[in-house]
Amino acid sequence: MIDIVLLTFLVVVGVAIVRVRNLLAVTMLTGIYSLLVAILFVLLDAVDVALTEAAVGAGLLVILMLATIALTTRKEKVHAARQNAVAFVVVSVTGAALIYATLDMPPFGDPEAPAHVHLSPRFTQDSPEEIGIPNMVTSVLASYRGIDTLGEAVVIFAAAVGVLLVLGTGTVRRRRRSEDDGEEAREQP
Amino acid sequence: MNQYIVLRVVSKLMIPVIMIFALYVQFHGEYSPGGGFQAGIVFTAAFIVYTLLYGLEAAQKAISPAVAHALAAIGVLLFIAFGYASMLLGGNFLEYKVLLPNDQAGETFGIIGIELGVGITVAAVALTLFYSFAGRERR
Repeated sequence: MIDIVLLTFLVVVGVAIVRVRNLLAVTMLTGIYSLLVAILFVLLDAVDVALTEAAVGAGLLVILMLATIALTTRKEKVHAARQNAVAFVVVSVTGAALIYATLDMPPFGDPEAPAHVHLSPRFTQDSPEEIGIPNMVTSVLASYRGIDTLGEAVVIFAAAVGVLLVLGTGTVRRRRRSEDDGEEAREQP
Repeated sequence: MNQYIVLRVVSKLMIPVIMIFALYVQFHGEYSPGGGFQAGIVFTAAFIVYTLLYGLEAAQKAISPAVAHALAAIGVLLFIAFGYASMLLGGNFLEYKVLLPNDQAGETFGIIGIELGVGITVAAVALTLFYSFAGRERR
């Protein structure tokens, strides 16, 4: 029951994000969307993911979008909507193909699903003895799949490097730089 | 900022609590939900609240962008260091159980270490992103 209510809310918020033109409101709605998804994750017993979704989606992402809006504009420019038949067909076919592909997946919660017949028992039964910590999510994340996690850390680091290259370091300067030299003058402090 | 007494008092109450909670999420990740990634974001969230109230200049006095950049790299290097440490002790890359005589203790030690690396990287990267966005002037 609560699943249906939450999913309905998700759809409503999703449609609102597409329709609303005030970007400030859209940013708030994105935060709400993330919180709803986080609640759904809690209901699915994926508490670790829910914590991440709430912190990143509803916290950090909203702040970054607000900062971007402060730098640009609050109103979305409305372009004269041009109906494009080809685009519509491509989107429909891709969507239909994706939905068709989900039919191959095992039903939700199926105990005979491939992931549940050898991987899950292996981790849930052996990890407390092998690793010695109760939170299996952490064991899988940090030990069994350690190299994946290393990759993630490197990706996050690379993201910071990319943003630094594009946007600069954002160091606040006491002395205002002269207005005409624009892009540079943002070297390391 | 001085005129908003409610915000000032509430923020002074909340920011330390949020930071302590971040450390709890970091170091209690083996027993409860959480880990380095979540802890890093929560820690930065506390810092962002501080910035929103007291300004970017005050925040950058506490943690300057250069320090944040260095910490982002240090976190990743800490992670990789644990990988090579286990190789030097005769295991595979990131095979923590060789780090300490007891297999379980070694695994736990390795996990805490790399989670700390992830936490430092995520906190520093999130802060760097925030500084980059917030420090840009409108043109």
